[in-house]
Amino acid sequence: MKALDQTTVVFTSRSANEGFARAVAACFATQLDPTLDEIADIKTAVSEAVTNAIVHAYPNTLGKITMRLRLLEDLQLEIQIKDGGVGIPDVEQARTPLFTTGNEERSGMGFTIMESFMDTVKVRSTVGKGTTVTMRRRIARRVGGGQ
Amino acid sequence: MPITIDKQNGATVISVRGEIDHHSARTIMENIDNTISSTLPMRLVLDLSSVTFMDSSGIAVLLRALRQMDQLGGNLRVVGIPSQPRRVLDAAGIGRLITLE
Repeated sequence: MKALDQTTVVFTSRSANEGFARAVAACFATQLDPTLDEIADIKTAVSEAVTNAIVHAYPNTLGKITMRLRLLEDLQLEIQIKDGGVGIPDVEQARTPLFTTGNEERSGMGFTIMESFMDTVKVRSTVGKGTTVTMRRRIARRVGGGQ
Repeated sequence: MPITIDKQNGATVISVRGEIDHHSARTIMENIDNTISSTLPMRLVLDLSSVTFMDSSGIAVLLRALRQMDQLGGNLRVVGIPSQPRRVLDAAGIGRLITLE
């Protein structure tokens, strides 16, 4: 589907960049005139996807994370988080609630939260090459909203 | 320190401020751990009213506090939950495990 607007940011897998990624996604989404709840949902889903890349894709090293934001012509927001890390051997298992290979700071609810807050969540992963998470969310058009 | 500690009616009240994400979770957990081990409360209240953002890292923080209070034979309540953290906790079904007020 054609994109009306898009931007890409690339950042290092440092946990300090979780807040940066949330802020960038929230700023990009404002052109759709979202509600505060919609902004909160987008920030939450981005936080989960970026944290997964930081914790799991690059467990003992720093790597590159690419976040691509697209506004699609049917007014869906598409967020793609891509890493070049270790990959996920079993994506279905990773998406199971409470499943985690992380330490006690992880709850195993990341994908569950992404799925709850976005309309679609697609995960493509190749072991040794990396993971790409693509999420879409339609923003409700409000009367008097921006063009 | 992202938390403040208070005593109210015999309960230990820990107020968490700011954003709870993977970046901040370890520090918040350590602060809560230290408070529990030094005060050994029978009633612990986590006040989230000053939390501006929370992702699933916050769930891990709450579950850890719950485990520690269970080990002490004590009680945990989570109060003052703003809208965004509430949506995260609801999506994860945490209300089945922890008293959310």
